Amino acid sequence: MSESAIIPPTEVATEVRAARSHIGRRILKNPTGLAAIIVLSLIVLSAIFADLLAPMSPTTPNIQEVLAPPGEGGHVLGADSAGRDVLSRLLFATRFSLAGALWAVLIAAVIGVTSGLIAGYYQKFFEQFSVWVISIIQALPGIVVLLAARAVVGPSLWIIMAVFGLILSPAFYRLTYAAVVGVRNELYVDAARVAGVGDLSIIGRHILSVVRAPIIIQAALLSGIGIAVQSGLDFLGLGDPNVPTWGQMLSDAFSRMYQQPLLLVWPAAAIAFTSIALVLFGNALRDELERAAGKPKKRRRGSAAYTPDTSGPAPVVHAEDREDGRPTLLEVNDLVVGYDQPDGTVKQVVNGVSLKVKKGEVHGLIGESGSGKTQTAWSILRLLPAGGRIVAGTVFFDGKDLAHLSEKEMTKIRGRRISYIPQEPMSNLDPSFTIGSQLVEPMRVTLGISKAEATKRALGLLARVGLPNPQKTFDSYPHEVSGGQAQRVLIAGAVSCEPDLIIADEPTTALDVTVQAEILDLLRELQNDLHVAILIVTHNFGVVADLCDRVSVMQHGKIVETGPARSIFKDPRHPYTKSLFDAILEDGAARGPLAHSADRNMLEEGAAR
Amino acid sequence: MLRFILRRLLAGVILLFAVSSLAYLLLYLGAGDIARQILGQEATQEQVQQLNTRLGLDQPLLTRYFGWLAGAVTGDFGASWFTNQPVIAAITSRLAVTLSLVIGTVTLTAIVGTALGVWAARKRGAADRTVQIVSVLGFAIPGFLIAIFLVNLFALNLKLFRPTGYIPIGTSFTGWLSTVTLPIIALAIGAIAAIAAQVRGSVIDTMRQDWVRTLRSRGLSENRVLYKHVLRNAGGPALAVLAVQFVGLLGGAVIVEQIFAIPGLGPIATQSTGQGDIPLVMGLVVVTAALVVVVNIVIEILHGFLNPKARIS
Repeated sequence: MSESAIIPPTEVATEVRAARSHIGRRILKNPTGLAAIIVLSLIVLSAIFADLLAPMSPTTPNIQEVLAPPGEGGHVLGADSAGRDVLSRLLFATRFSLAGALWAVLIAAVIGVTSGLIAGYYQKFFEQFSVWVISIIQALPGIVVLLAARAVVGPSLWIIMAVFGLILSPAFYRLTYAAVVGVRNELYVDAARVAGVGDLSIIGRHILSVVRAPIIIQAALLSGIGIAVQSGLDFLGLGDPNVPTWGQMLSDAFSRMYQQPLLLVWPAAAIAFTSIALVLFGNALRDELERAAGKPKKRRRGSAAYTPDTSGPAPVVHAEDREDGRPTLLEVNDLVVGYDQPDGTVKQVVNGVSLKVKKGEVHGLIGESGSGKTQTAWSILRLLPAGGRIVAGTVFFDGKDLAHLSEKEMTKIRGRRISYIPQEPMSNLDPSFTIGSQLVEPMRVTLGISKAEATKRALGLLARVGLPNPQKTFDSYPHEVSGGQAQRVLIAGAVSCEPDLIIADEPTTALDVTVQAEILDLLRELQNDLHVAILIVTHNFGVVADLCDRVSVMQHGKIVETGPARSIFKDPRHPYTKSLFDAILEDGAARGPLAHSADRNMLEEGAAR
Repeated sequence: MLRFILRRLLAGVILLFAVSSLAYLLLYLGAGDIARQILGQEATQEQVQQLNTRLGLDQPLLTRYFGWLAGAVTGDFGASWFTNQPVIAAITSRLAVTLSLVIGTVTLTAIVGTALGVWAARKRGAADRTVQIVSVLGFAIPGFLIAIFLVNLFALNLKLFRPTGYIPIGTSFTGWLSTVTLPIIALAIGAIAAIAAQVRGSVIDTMRQDWVRTLRSRGLSENRVLYKHVLRNAGGPALAVLAVQFVGLLGGAVIVEQIFAIPGLGPIATQSTGQGDIPLVMGLVVVTAALVVVVNIVIEILHGFLNPKARIS
């Protein structure tokens, strides 16, 4: 076969398939999944063997035994309002109710999957057509459509449930369509196409294998809905009286509720158990699938983490070049940051960082990505992502240990005393509120000033950070401004409550080169004017050279070298620091260490491009 | 905003036209010999002929269709074949009952569902698992089963009050409340499960956004960020689910009204369906479809209010 000739795609596909074939086994090991499967199997078996199991006829009435209590006259579960045996009825009702629901789901799956495959694979006209059909189908509640159909075709279980299948089909359509669109441009599908494999073959081999498990999940959930709707219609008395179903039993029992309330229990329990088992089965299957698919995600997140490294040598400390007598503002000692893992262990991402920031000083924290700089910055603000926490160490700020402060006290520190400039401007503004309101709100909360005063200050700040039309920016939503403007807004926000320390997390990384230079200029100006201390996280020595009084070099969650910027530039001693400098030289001169005029060089570089 | 509403209304009218045309043609094509069905097997051929003429069924289908359409545009959907009551009168007198039930349910759902979802997202752990289990049960167990259980519980076991029947809101508000409380609970449980699951998911997702950290860094407390900023951003997807729930509740009300003996659209829907009273069925189809269109527009406007990017000026 030509298909076996395409080695890479089949390899990928078998890998995918192998991962999925484990799902079948895994769901049996999942306690919920196993319980659901056992319950469903019992129900299905009793439906299949209803003829053998039922002690009496489910439809023959017996006037003498109307509403007979359980056990009387050989009726194990009693007799209903027509004297029919409840147990026998229940067994046959299970058969027809299940068959009706499965029939609807089968129809839905056939229509939905087929049209989803066609629309997803060929798109264009068929896709638009499907969208229209779906909007028509969904213009009415399912029950209303079924009632209308019932008015025309009469009480036929199979026709009505087929119509319900049509109503359910968009669920399968969407799922298949999304999967097909996702897969059709995958390399292995392209490769198969280039290798001359026919469309049908590709659909069968690569696409159906991807959607199979989601379809089973969806089918389980929709079967539950099918049972509910089918029972509901029969409960209303719109079903075929010759076909026993749970809904009819329920309807009969409900009308005799005052005489024989026990009759309600059997059909209600059958519906409830079946529906719950179906939903639990679907959920368990989804959990197992997500667990299988979730693994690489977790691994990727973990890539920023390193195994604890407490053994390394002490950091290289450069001597102070001048003693300026400025008091220490922030003092971090042996900070260890860890993330709780699902297995109960803690993964350390910062392994004992110590650093000092003096009042009014600009301190650069430099290192490659994943070295723990950002984690250090966030832990000073106590704003680590969920699961992350300060495991050990102290963070003294103005005499208080932030690592052990209550959340309420910490909220008072944030914004007012320590503020933050994030890395990626566009994702750091709430998209649902105007820029102005996001500036005004913190000022009102932390400074306790009036809205009018806060607005005035916000406009002043926007002008101060170099936005040409402050009022316009104030009224804009975040998606209406550029990245550079957004970063200016964020800087304005950071200085708005007159903090003593700003933590700037790679404030220029996400920006264009020309804008980077402007933002650095702005930061320097603000720093000169406000005499605020800045802890600036960066991987760019140009930024350090441009702004910093002092530098700490970070690697693997530890500080390896620290001292005055001038001294480190002149004489980098740690091999890692040296390698960082080497990397810059390879990059070209524009970001070179000599750049006291780095910004101008950057401007030129930007213009040359 | 006005243009946006007008455009959506136009699309809604087109959809309504398509749905009602399709329903009309399918209903009459599928119905067979209507007069014979109404009169039964004993009726003479002459009687059948007479009824056919009286109901206009001797006209060609398309002629009847355009006649119906012309009437429908002015709100005249003809008269019931069985009671001769005008369809529009039969529906409007009951629509308010069903709507009060559904709107009450949607309100309860939005409040309780959001509260549960936020609670689960915030506390995680045991609270989260509880909400998830409740969600599974609420999703799995059909609303009418809950309705039967409630009637059973209150009528037979607690004997507190007669749980069925209906008092119009105009007659007595507390009376109305006492008659709709159980139906609303029965309808709401499934919808609450859906909303809680959705809100939980989108709050957890939104809490991971970068701007949440930045707002916190400005000195805003976690609760303030959660209730003012996160919830507003998480509200969009929840609204979409609420719209779907609203449509589902219109259907669910049909059965639940039957159980609680509430004179809404449910009983006439069931009755007209059982009898094959096609003019009334058509009227119900058009009215529910129009309701769905209106609800979707309202939800889109609300969505635009929450999310400036979705706002179309």
